[in-house]
Amino acid sequence: MEPILEVNGISKEYVLGRHVGGPETFRELFQRKLAAPFRRNDAPKLDIHREHFWALRDVSFSVQEGEVVGIIGRNGAGKSTLLKIISRITDPTQGFIHLRGRLASLLEVGTGFHPELTGRENIYMNGAILGMKKAEINREFDAIVDFAEIEKFLDTPVKHYSSGMYVRLAFAVAAHLHPEILVVDEVLAVGDVTFQKKCLGKMSDVSKSGRTVLFVSHNMAAVENLCQRGVVLERGKVVFDGTAKDGVKHYLSGISTAPGGTGHSVDLSLAKDRRSQQAELLRRIEFTTDGNRDLTEGLPIGSGLKVHVHFDLPRPTASFNVGLGFDNIFGQRVFTAHSFFEPNRSHGEVVGPQVFVCDIPSLTLMPGDYLLRLWLDLNNSEADLINDAARITVVESDYYGTGKAPWNGAFVLPHNWYLESGSKVNSNDEKPSVLTAKL
Amino acid sequence: MSSFTLTIRPKSGWQPLDLREAFLYRELLGFLIWRDVKIRYRQTALGGIWALLQPLIAMMIFTFVFHRMAGVHSDGPPYPLFAFAGLTPWTFFATAVNQSSNSLISNQQLVSKVYFPRIFIPLGCVGALLLDMVLSLMLLLGLMIYYSWALTWAVLWLPVFVLAAILAASGIGLMLSALNVNFRDVKYAVPFLIQMGIFVTPVIYPASYLSSKWRYILALNPMTGVVEGFRHALLGSPIAWGSAGISLGICVLLFIAGLFVFRRLEARFADVI
Repeated sequence: MEPILEVNGISKEYVLGRHVGGPETFRELFQRKLAAPFRRNDAPKLDIHREHFWALRDVSFSVQEGEVVGIIGRNGAGKSTLLKIISRITDPTQGFIHLRGRLASLLEVGTGFHPELTGRENIYMNGAILGMKKAEINREFDAIVDFAEIEKFLDTPVKHYSSGMYVRLAFAVAAHLHPEILVVDEVLAVGDVTFQKKCLGKMSDVSKSGRTVLFVSHNMAAVENLCQRGVVLERGKVVFDGTAKDGVKHYLSGISTAPGGTGHSVDLSLAKDRRSQQAELLRRIEFTTDGNRDLTEGLPIGSGLKVHVHFDLPRPTASFNVGLGFDNIFGQRVFTAHSFFEPNRSHGEVVGPQVFVCDIPSLTLMPGDYLLRLWLDLNNSEADLINDAARITVVESDYYGTGKAPWNGAFVLPHNWYLESGSKVNSNDEKPSVLTAKL
Repeated sequence: MSSFTLTIRPKSGWQPLDLREAFLYRELLGFLIWRDVKIRYRQTALGGIWALLQPLIAMMIFTFVFHRMAGVHSDGPPYPLFAFAGLTPWTFFATAVNQSSNSLISNQQLVSKVYFPRIFIPLGCVGALLLDMVLSLMLLLGLMIYYSWALTWAVLWLPVFVLAAILAASGIGLMLSALNVNFRDVKYAVPFLIQMGIFVTPVIYPASYLSSKWRYILALNPMTGVVEGFRHALLGSPIAWGSAGISLGICVLLFIAGLFVFRRLEARFADVI
């Protein structure tokens, strides 16, 4: 069976510089032409004064009818460019795409909306722009108004709508498109929680109805839920093409920029996402766990963790601090360890290479990947900061010692349960043992 | 699966006009025109009246300055009628070119976020102004009644010249709007050129003022034929079919050229805009 969408060797090159970033004036055109009268306008390869940037490089994949494919990647990986090319908004530099069905794209909510037109008029306008025929819009009109919940405001100009109403209406029109292939770019990121739920629900309906969908989103949960297939893009190239679940895993495992290794010892000189005021003072970070063993695999919940931070102090000083931020995969800071809070700083003035250890007796974060942000302050001002310095993986364990591994929540805490009644637990007034880590 | 297939490839050089696609999307052109008209008339209190005030006031100023003061005479009808009949298509042309040349830039959200034949944007702009021209014609008929100037059978020629005006405005509008995306100078040059253009078109003065050699040069202006044609159709003024023919031919050529220039530059719009 022939695929409904075939992407073949698609590449897109942008020429950086004023010419493409912004338009030329006639004067610049004349200057350019005088310099090389016979060079064609679109021959960037010969132009050594301009930087070339390949947003997409040899991207190929096929989609069968009815598949729901999630396209994921970091910002700048080329996802939106790929969608633009598939939607025919921009042309590929190389390669070709075969479409065997009608395609509708939703790259932005509310394209073509005009503030002076009423809700009713904008439904027609927006629907027409998205490719619906008038008869189709008529048919779907009531369903659209229903979904958007704006019946009372149909005949008011859209400029008077709240942002929530605006977004609901825009999505409502798009949600009632019936193309054979639907391309959606991150439009679920707008609106409040109720609305997002509604959108996800609608997307889920669409994907179940057998329509082919290409879906770009940063919401990994949505991608895993809605898509069967996942294609991961990195710097314009396809680095993964398989199930959505595996695709998400691949993407998440790749977002740490710690090329120095994810083992127990990370060489920070290779760190990319870094901000240093003068010199790169942070050198290395090492992890050990209970019993001073090197941490080479996942850390069970509640295990001890010692973070050894190696850095240089160029001048003798006693006033320095190191901070460690634990961020979960959603980018939320779950815990910060900062030497600022350490009461026993009795080291006095020191200079040269140092190893500063952060001793966490029991890291009670729930299983998952945590990215570490590391920073060094000298004399109360930031001297060196590294995002994504290293990655810690916390793994499941029988934290409470009861044969049952905890599965819910962001972290675990030592606690116990008991019945409060008049009678004492035992005659010695002993408190029952607290549920705690059995390591 | 439907039988609809499409291949997307890199484009370079001259592109075909793709009439099939334009036909598929034809309803959208209607919607775009409807939208432009609605917006224009909704935003202003005077909306429709402004469309008439422009040629009306111009007519009054021309009558006073060129006719009374400078002594320019028409070739038959009362000067105000003569001027207004010429101003009707000219105002349409001037406004259409001004607005359509900027239409892609002002609709850049549409260009960069959704696909439909881009040609509809400047064409929709021109189409929306037809309504203004119709209103202007109605006012002209009113003036004709005032001056007791009768219509002749020549009025049957009117649709031909209206079409020519549309072709000329569209052709130039398509070329300028496409160029404007790449070279923003266009936005500054256009209003000025239009202002000068009125002097090389027989709007203020009749073409008969010029010697035949100059008349042929004037005929190269597409709007010459249109303006003379409007006057002939509505007021029964004499028309030199030779020079009108040249003008009309140029209108058609401009339109076709506009289509091809637009299509050629279209591929890079979304990247540059």
